[in-house]
Amino acid sequence: MHSFATLRQLSTGLENGEFSAVELATHYLALIASNQQINGFITVDEERTLAIAVKADTDRAHGRATPLTGVPIAHKDIFCTQGMLTTCGSKMLHNFVAPYDATVVYALDQAGAVTLGKTNMDEFAMGSSNENSFFGAVTNPWHIEHVPGGSSGGSAAVVAAGLAPAATGTDTGGSIRQPAAFCGITGLKPTYGRVSRYGMIAFASSLDQGGALTRDAEDSALLLSYMAGYDKKDSTSVQRQDQWLTDIPSAGIGNPAEKLTIGLPTEYFIDIDAGYIDQVRQTFEQLGHKCVDVSLSHTDVAIAAYYVIAGAEASTNLSRYDGVRFGHRCEQPESLHDLYQRSRSEGLGAEVQRRILTGTYALSVGYFDAYYLKAQKIRRLIAEDFTAALTQADVILTPTTPAPAFRLNALTKDPVAMYQQDKFTVPVSLAGLPALSMPCGFVEGLPVGAQLIAPAFREDLLLGLAKQYQTETDWHLATPQTHAGSA
Amino acid sequence: MNWQSVIGLELHVQLATQSKIFSGASTTFGAPPNSQACAVDLGLPGVLPVLNQQAVVMAIKFGLAIGAKINLNSIFDRKNYFYPDLPKGYQISQFETPIVGAGNILVHMADGSTRDIRITRAHLEEDAGKSIHDLFPGQTAIDLNRTGTPLLEIVSEPDFRTASEAATYFRQVHGLVRYLKICDGNLAQGSMRCDANVSVRPVGQEALGERTEIKNINSFRFVERAIEYEIERQIDVLENGGIIERETRLYDEIKDETRSMRSKELSEDYRYFPDPDLLPLQVSESLLTQIKQSMPELPEARRNRYHKDLELSQYDATWLSADPDVAEYFEVAMKHCGNAKTTANWVMGELSAHLNRYDVPIEQAPVSAVQLGVLIQRLDDQTLSSKTAKTLFEALWANSPQSDTDALGDSDPSTAIDAQIQTLGLKQISNSGELESIIDTILADHPQQLEQLRNGKDKVLGFFVGQVMKLTQGKANPAQVNDIIRAKI
Amino acid sequence: MFAAVIYSPILPRKPLINIQHLARLARLSIDDQAEQSARDHLANIIAMIDSMRSVDTDNVVPMAHPMDATQRLREDKVTENVDRDQFQANAPATAQGYYLVPQVIDSGE
Repeated sequence: MHSFATLRQLSTGLENGEFSAVELATHYLALIASNQQINGFITVDEERTLAIAVKADTDRAHGRATPLTGVPIAHKDIFCTQGMLTTCGSKMLHNFVAPYDATVVYALDQAGAVTLGKTNMDEFAMGSSNENSFFGAVTNPWHIEHVPGGSSGGSAAVVAAGLAPAATGTDTGGSIRQPAAFCGITGLKPTYGRVSRYGMIAFASSLDQGGALTRDAEDSALLLSYMAGYDKKDSTSVQRQDQWLTDIPSAGIGNPAEKLTIGLPTEYFIDIDAGYIDQVRQTFEQLGHKCVDVSLSHTDVAIAAYYVIAGAEASTNLSRYDGVRFGHRCEQPESLHDLYQRSRSEGLGAEVQRRILTGTYALSVGYFDAYYLKAQKIRRLIAEDFTAALTQADVILTPTTPAPAFRLNALTKDPVAMYQQDKFTVPVSLAGLPALSMPCGFVEGLPVGAQLIAPAFREDLLLGLAKQYQTETDWHLATPQTHAGSA
Repeated sequence: MNWQSVIGLELHVQLATQSKIFSGASTTFGAPPNSQACAVDLGLPGVLPVLNQQAVVMAIKFGLAIGAKINLNSIFDRKNYFYPDLPKGYQISQFETPIVGAGNILVHMADGSTRDIRITRAHLEEDAGKSIHDLFPGQTAIDLNRTGTPLLEIVSEPDFRTASEAATYFRQVHGLVRYLKICDGNLAQGSMRCDANVSVRPVGQEALGERTEIKNINSFRFVERAIEYEIERQIDVLENGGIIERETRLYDEIKDETRSMRSKELSEDYRYFPDPDLLPLQVSESLLTQIKQSMPELPEARRNRYHKDLELSQYDATWLSADPDVAEYFEVAMKHCGNAKTTANWVMGELSAHLNRYDVPIEQAPVSAVQLGVLIQRLDDQTLSSKTAKTLFEALWANSPQSDTDALGDSDPSTAIDAQIQTLGLKQISNSGELESIIDTILADHPQQLEQLRNGKDKVLGFFVGQVMKLTQGKANPAQVNDIIRAKI
Repeated sequence: MFAAVIYSPILPRKPLINIQHLARLARLSIDDQAEQSARDHLANIIAMIDSMRSVDTDNVVPMAHPMDATQRLREDKVTENVDRDQFQANAPATAQGYYLVPQVIDSGE
């Protein structure tokens, strides 16, 4: 076994008896223990992990195996895990043990995956750099002075560093795709409603979506096939029968259609040095696809609309953290008001408080129409832009981020500049569409990603194209150890 | 100065579902604290609300019953405020698009007059938990069992002019929701709670005065008294040159007064917005049709039927139809004996007096509707006199032989009652020979009065009838006695 | 109404931010020192989101949700067995099954 193996490779190894689930878990646990400088995990419970691995070996021996049985994965610490800490990167939940599993966690457990631990993240998923964690910043495995991206920065970093073959993540405005791009791995944000949000701690309910951070497209597809599905506990999850998805565990990703039209939105290439996207374009053209220019004309106001909507939803989603039923409670509260104010101010970090204030402002009497309602109207215009563009093209191709991973502390003083890092990922989130980021090169020694966007519930197009690309190129095979830019 | 009061009511009706509006926890009343608050009710991280279809159906039933517009598309919003019995820090409610739009309720006042009250809207929302302030010193204890119980909030226009109108409306809605079987109507357990908006203005002035809101009143009597108190208080303030401030007040039942409540928020800014966890609610035409077909006979229809078909007075028809259990009792008794008028008199008279005296709900009355029906039958066939009928009623009430009849299964309830009439010797004396000899004796014993009667002093007739009734212990038929005496003189 | 201030072309564009009012609504405590920086941050963010004004949104229907779908309902069945002890293991202060908070004077229920 090698640390940068894919889920599929590890699955094959287990199937062929090359190693056991326990050996595999032990191997990864040892790697995690000896590589703590990236700070990718918040909680690791070795005993628990090994117990699950033992069960996986038993299941496999009894012929009760899925491709994931015995394969280690990590969960972003936003997913509730019964009987194990779930902190969401916050002091507020530093001691919270959920009495239930998130549906995503439950589904992957049922498939036999072995949880290695819970990964670090920006507090309540609010951030683009993973510097907003109560448990400390995560560093980029390609360069320890750079950020891994956020908010699923821990998940991206541990996969990139080879400390876990794959991890779950969540994406509200780019929180899977941006760290995947910054860390040189593949990240899939499925269509809103594809994956249940039950037990996934809410940031912005109409935008949050669970997904996968993996070494390649094939692994993203494999995780998706187990994470996806209608859940009666989440009335916004969607009931669908997609044969291509059902076929993934046994057959993998199917080939994409021979001649697809790939749209490149002109608005995404203004003031950006994205030569690496030209190369992606050429690769796709060589594969027989056609590339055309499309327009997504409301791109420049997406960030504004996003911060209003996400802030508004977050401001009320986070009202439940009041120090009464769970979580941090201040010492010796003098009154109810004191209990609320101190528990919340002590338990929630600066960026979280900032977003709560923004959202509260946007929903206030007198500002509602000017901000919240206006943002919702812009959201529709953005969704309509995508609908129009996706009639001219089957899939859209953009850079995932405006630039590669920035330095730690470079933007912490300027939240608005930080928000701009998400400008290529946020529009997709507003429209609820599926998107995938895949590694496609290096800029100044740091990985960069290409984003593919498809119509709702057409993750098959993204995965098919990405797999085809990864068959032609080997950017996804680069690791911090092998690559020259590595620190 | 003459003042006019203007009152509007908000009724909070707990819907009688098995489970909560957004979770699968039980709604049973009276469980140990927090034993019925599941992860969703507690607002734990990551959990999500899923709407209970039955709550939707019940809201629509109410809407149909008041002839309201049913909004086939409605939205759930978050109403944001902090309070320890509101775990999420927001209440899921309906703000701009409630499921039930404008409707009407015709309120029947005791004097036979009616008031047409406009209902602004009725919307679905979740109930909050309970704060208990006197259990632990220096602490408030929170029980979240009630959290998430479905509520239908029924908002009226300010169409009431007196406290009595408002209380009558409250009673009538209480009857209606029980007809519809959407609420158990248990006021003591808080199944229906009332907020009253009260203002006064000089008679003739069009503009409304500043209003106050009296919160959480849960009895018909207290609604009336709280509003009356508040009207007087406001008039008093205004007549003394003061001004009314918009505020929330609480009614203190013991002191019989309302007092100002410290306001919940310095400024009420609930920041309503559509709950992103809940997609728009769409009610299909087929569901609507299904609900329409399942609607029971409503009090208004029943009232009209009692008045027109059964020829009861308006007053009696209103009285009997207001409460579904009363109406049900009346109908069963009436169907058994076939005499609507007499049944109405007994239900509204003897039965109602007993229920009040012993504080028994009608569905637990010791005299069953069938028994009352048999009793009236025996009155009508002259087996019983009105006096012996009352004696029998008392006996039935005291011995509660209802259970005996039940134990006998299908046996005819009249058999049991006839046996009781026999045992108690309540059968009316209808044998005219027997009566005649009694009358002869009495006439002979009172020669003076007999003389007066013969001289045309008709009043004395009553004296003789009374004597006969006394001697027969009420078992004689007064009309028959009358006839015999007249024949003899 | 503040809304009028926002749209008014003659009044200064810089919106009035009452940090303490917002903090109170959100139950956050912001001391005097932090207040200025919070106000500056919020002013920057508001300046950024004000870019939305440039977009003509007349006759656009607001989009609350990415899916133009409708809500699924559940059957009225009791499905949850509440393990109170397990839930209250996370609670900072409980007694006899109740959650405790500092005494609330005058119920706001």
